[in-house]
Amino acid sequence: MRLFGHKLTLSAQIGLVIIAVNVVAAILAPFIAPYPEADIVGTAWGPPSAEHWFGLDNLGRDVFSRILYGARMTIGLGLLITLLAFLLGTIAGFAAAILGRWVDTVLSRLADLMLSMPTLIFALVVLSVMGTDIPVLIITVGLLYSVPVFRLARAVAMNIAVLEYVEAAKLRGEGLWWIIRREILPNALPPLVAEFGLRFCFTFLFIAALSFLGLGIQPPQADWGSMVKETGQMIALRPIALYPAGAIALLTIGVNLVVDWLLAIHSRGHGEEV
Amino acid sequence: MNDNRPHRTDGQVLRVDNLRIEVKTDAGPGPVLVDDVSFTLRKGEVLGLIGESGAGKSTIGLASMVYTRSGCYITGGKIVFLDQDLRELNGDQRRRTRGVKISYIAQSAAASFNPALTIYEQVCEVAVRHGLMSFAEAKREAVKLFRELELPNPDVFGDRYPHQVSGGQLQRAMAAMAMVAKPDLLIFDEPTTALDVTTQVEVLASFRKLIREHGTAALYITHDLAVVAQIADRIMVLRHGKMVEQGDATQILQHPTQEYTQKLVAERVAASTHEFVESDDTGEALLKIDQVSASYRTLVKVINGVTLDIRRGDTVAVVGESGSGKSTLARIVVGLLPREEGDIRFGGESLPPRLRDRSKDQLRRIQMIYQMPDVALNPQQTLLEIIGRPVSFYFNKSGDQVRQRVKELLRQIDLPESFITRRPGELSGGQKQRVSIARALAAEPELIICDEVTSALDPLVAEEILRLLKRLQDELGVAYMFITHDLGTVKRIANKVAVMLKGQLVAFGSTPKVFAPPFHPYTELLLSSVPEMRSDWLDEVLAKRRQLV
Repeated sequence: MRLFGHKLTLSAQIGLVIIAVNVVAAILAPFIAPYPEADIVGTAWGPPSAEHWFGLDNLGRDVFSRILYGARMTIGLGLLITLLAFLLGTIAGFAAAILGRWVDTVLSRLADLMLSMPTLIFALVVLSVMGTDIPVLIITVGLLYSVPVFRLARAVAMNIAVLEYVEAAKLRGEGLWWIIRREILPNALPPLVAEFGLRFCFTFLFIAALSFLGLGIQPPQADWGSMVKETGQMIALRPIALYPAGAIALLTIGVNLVVDWLLAIHSRGHGEEV
Repeated sequence: MNDNRPHRTDGQVLRVDNLRIEVKTDAGPGPVLVDDVSFTLRKGEVLGLIGESGAGKSTIGLASMVYTRSGCYITGGKIVFLDQDLRELNGDQRRRTRGVKISYIAQSAAASFNPALTIYEQVCEVAVRHGLMSFAEAKREAVKLFRELELPNPDVFGDRYPHQVSGGQLQRAMAAMAMVAKPDLLIFDEPTTALDVTTQVEVLASFRKLIREHGTAALYITHDLAVVAQIADRIMVLRHGKMVEQGDATQILQHPTQEYTQKLVAERVAASTHEFVESDDTGEALLKIDQVSASYRTLVKVINGVTLDIRRGDTVAVVGESGSGKSTLARIVVGLLPREEGDIRFGGESLPPRLRDRSKDQLRRIQMIYQMPDVALNPQQTLLEIIGRPVSFYFNKSGDQVRQRVKELLRQIDLPESFITRRPGELSGGQKQRVSIARALAAEPELIICDEVTSALDPLVAEEILRLLKRLQDELGVAYMFITHDLGTVKRIANKVAVMLKGQLVAFGSTPKVFAPPFHPYTELLLSSVPEMRSDWLDEVLAKRRQLV
């Protein structure tokens, strides 16, 4: 099996299967989930049975159905936040690398300022003040995560900007936009793609942490983080919390397996396969 | 198991029999790097390994210490060192051999020294770590070696950090590091390639003295026949991992039997025969550099009052050691580094100092070709995009016309038209450099600045590139500003030479005039430092310099 012209390793195949299963579950949740997301369908803490595969949660909702619905929220939100972080981070990072000393100084100090604050505290403060609507959540976490992306994009672009093919484009009289789009971006893409995968995992772990603290997704909407919170209190009697926690772990592992493969391709250098 | 002792003659240090080294990947066996190579090395003997990149020279050098780069495996043959087949040793025994009995001297001393430790600490480390000497003893030994290697202030030299000494001195310090444990075998892997010619002479002389005085056996790996002529007793020529020819140094250099060796020798001899192109000074100057000075954000001028002119069809070579400002001069001409004083006129009009103030047409008329074709071409673009972009950018051609023009240019640089869809990663070094040339030609320039365009290439490939440049000049009448440190190249291609020293022009004129007496003293030093194939060349140069001092 090949993808992007490279041979897929076994671990990459496993990773892709895990991601595919999660994505399918997220898209088809309303059709394959046996029960609605928020309906109470039995007694609280009901044990696993033929009707309720993973058992019932603290209010008597079907855990299996909620994990399927939770996949929508968790993966969708993670994607949106990561995209936002990359949009902001890459543009700012490239600008800092190419536009010269002043732009770089201003943006870098701003990034330092953001980094000096613990991310969780920052998010807690903003969400407490602004409310916990989903758009606010996306913008807050997206902004927070754009900082590491900015630093990566800046470093990568700086390394590429001094290469002679970029100099050749400058000497030709090419405009800045062309240089960024045609000379720098295609060559900066591999490390950025790998970072995208990792950042995506961090995002839903972060959302899970926020939900756990009650500032993420609000009930009765399901997401994996808040499900861990709701069912975690009874962990000794009913290990229901292990299912959503396991879903988080599984997706993280799946994405990372694919990312590792992407990184391995990249480290082999451009266009050459031994 | 065979006992090899009966074959052994006296003083034999290393015997390599039918060595085979292969690449193995996850996907299965890869290319064979070294195929059926055998040689012996006696005490006090120096064997030169000659070949182009990819010939397997370094791989053999490392294999002599039973070491291979990751992914490569020794799959056949014997490596017998002092009666012991090294391949039969376990990891710990191998470790006790390396650095102590066999030492390695790498190409780039600057990259091989740890910048955070003093030279003493690193030179003495091997002997101390292996428990052969105390630190004080090792230090005494090191001072002795520093003195033998003619390093300045040998008693305190080792107290310095690597960045505090010059490249040539550091390369000699690495030789001291290799010698401190008194090994029986030294492996030199292109130890003078990264040095300037003038420094190379001194380093070469001290290496030779060291080997002779200690009677150590040595493998000397290089791609430069003239260098190996000075130091090796025997020479082995390699190509694509196979031995082409092996024999006495004088025999190989003067009467090579194999066709490939003859080509190598002929290329080198051609480099040292003078064949000058007549320069035509009647026309109007195409590029006129007038009293130009510039600096990098500091008060020190990197280019100071340089004046020279280039006419249509001229090839002006700019020569000098690294740091002399020859590449900086090119950056000033193209506008990457704005000049602070003086004027640059191109085709009669004054060029703005800054790149961004120049018009599209001014940019088009001066093109540049770089030293490293690997980083001069965008690896993500196809040749159609790389060569076609200047065509569409400067001449507003349609997609079909661009494609036609790119095919025409590919023909001009002797590459098949089918390459149009390839990316740089699918080309060899020489092919990439041809593509760089095509990209420059696509702009239909009047002046092409060539910045060390052949120095990253193997001799025979470089020779082809030079011939291509010459042919294109005859066809198109383009002028070249040819930046190089290789005087052999200059003599062959340039009708004018500009010699630079510390940011200033010390000599400028037609090649025969600059390279004939009366010389500027620096020109003479440069000229006399170019290694020649005669094996007594080094002695002559050293004798001459001693007289001068």
